[in-house]
Amino acid sequence: MTSLATRPAEAASRAPRPAARDPRVRVILYWIATHALAVALSLMFVGPLVFVALTAVMSTDQTLTADLWPDTWNWGNFAEVFARSRLLAWLGNTFLYAGLGTAFMLLSSIPVAYAMARFRFRGRRLAFFAVITMMMLPPQVVAVPVYLIWARLDLTDTLWPLILPMLLGDAFSIFLLRQFLVTIPREYTEAARVDGCSDFWTLVKVILPMARPAIAAVALFQFFYCWNDYYGPLLYTQTNEANWTLSLGLASFRALHSVQWNLTMAAALLVMAPVIIVFFFAQRVFIEGVTLTGVKG
Amino acid sequence: MSIVHTAPPRWRRGEGLKALLWMSPWLVGFSVFFAYPLAATVYFSFYRYDLFTLEFVGLDNYRYFLVDDRVWASIKNTLWLVVFMVPAQVLFGLGVAWLLTRLKAGVGFFRTVFYLPSLIPVVAGTVSFVFLLNPSGPLNQFIELLGIPAPDWFGDKDWSKPGLTMLAMWGIGNTMMIFLAALLDVPRHLYEAAAIDGAGAWRQFRSITLPTISPVLMFSTVTGVIYALQYFTQAMIASRVAAGVTDSPGSSFVPGYPELSTLTLAEWLFHVGFRDFSMGYACVLALLLFAVSTIFTLILLRRFRAFDEGGDR
Repeated sequence: MTSLATRPAEAASRAPRPAARDPRVRVILYWIATHALAVALSLMFVGPLVFVALTAVMSTDQTLTADLWPDTWNWGNFAEVFARSRLLAWLGNTFLYAGLGTAFMLLSSIPVAYAMARFRFRGRRLAFFAVITMMMLPPQVVAVPVYLIWARLDLTDTLWPLILPMLLGDAFSIFLLRQFLVTIPREYTEAARVDGCSDFWTLVKVILPMARPAIAAVALFQFFYCWNDYYGPLLYTQTNEANWTLSLGLASFRALHSVQWNLTMAAALLVMAPVIIVFFFAQRVFIEGVTLTGVKG
Repeated sequence: MSIVHTAPPRWRRGEGLKALLWMSPWLVGFSVFFAYPLAATVYFSFYRYDLFTLEFVGLDNYRYFLVDDRVWASIKNTLWLVVFMVPAQVLFGLGVAWLLTRLKAGVGFFRTVFYLPSLIPVVAGTVSFVFLLNPSGPLNQFIELLGIPAPDWFGDKDWSKPGLTMLAMWGIGNTMMIFLAALLDVPRHLYEAAAIDGAGAWRQFRSITLPTISPVLMFSTVTGVIYALQYFTQAMIASRVAAGVTDSPGSSFVPGYPELSTLTLAEWLFHVGFRDFSMGYACVLALLLFAVSTIFTLILLRRFRAFDEGGDR
């Protein structure tokens, strides 16, 4: 796969050479080569989704064959997924986790990021490094003691162990917001201070409007992180199907709801759909946000 | 700043207190979800603990670590991911980003298409790939069309990790975006100057592009390694869906199907701690994971120190 993927890239840069005599021919060939390569790659990226969708509407019998194109279009498969599983309950739980998680994260992380970006104090770099360390910490490292804390509070089997910590700040979001906030010139906050604005109102009136793209990005990232999270819900709610999220339900779907690939693919598609729809509306926010994470100096 | 010439030292000291106050939620979070658990992990690693009885066993957990063949299988698999999957992701992400910079038409469209799979929920993506790579699935039909014998991907211990690598390469969207931003930041005039000097595409890439984007290259490699160390969901889902079993506490299913080939360190830690309830031993594995990921985090911090000194206002 590696070689399959990188080989065309080399071929593209090499392809124009034989015809390099006429620069115009060369430019056209180069154009064709790069765009052909992009189309081929697009097929590779979209292909899996197309096959998933095609399989999702196949009849159960046809799924057992090697056919790739459905003979009959069984739209009822999607209804069957709802009938056979508690998809709606999982969806509700996922919204609870992602929605509250994101709201709590914003509430707690924005002030922390603001303090780190604006206030001058000893240990400010240390605090920043602590944020990075925590951001990079594999969640499994502290899993046992953290689990025991929630077990003692009798909150295992619920999603609260995943939601409540968001009230205490999320390292990745703090990091990303801080990276954005340090780029806002100090003059803005100094001006507000001179006008007699308290720090709180400076944050609300001056910083928040300017930091809207960064805030939108961390909110979306957090929402998607919660939406996609499998490890967290697995750790805390596996034993209580009433509190499963979409990820957990889908992971158990094939084993629990007997086998059929068409239904499994229909379920997978239903889980993907909201994400894809949101992405098409909020593409710009994502793309700007990702660029922010990439430590541009 | 010049306005507050009355007593700068006073408000400086004041900002320390203020910062402490503003950051207090995070400081509590840091202590409760990082500092304390880390200390407790060290503590529990000397105990046998199954949620009910706590018994001091000295170094027994560490001794067991040395003879646990599944932990070595998981370390080997995790290393495989670091050595093969991470470079594949980084190089592919860079390659796709580079291609995007060469395109004249449809850049926005292609960028969207290449980025989209990285947003697909991991579980849904993995379940889909297990289906797509099944012995008679679309990919194998295509491979057989070319006259090559097709492997049984997630059912074959030699092909399960390459299967996971393909899944990872499908989701390189974020890496690609970061590289794309870096590539677009390379000053145009450098290329023009090089072209006048007669440098070919490869020469330009090596002498201009690579040195300029090397910090970003380093950043994505290091974060890639850290994520590979905690690789969990995809491996777990792939092995369970391929084996057709579900997961629950006390389940007798040993993860890593087929033949431990997808068992990662993070997955084994989870299984030991929360399926076998050998919490003490799980803490030993956690400390190993911590030690290794800390090394890479330190590399990252060095990078940020340089960055912070340059960009701090």
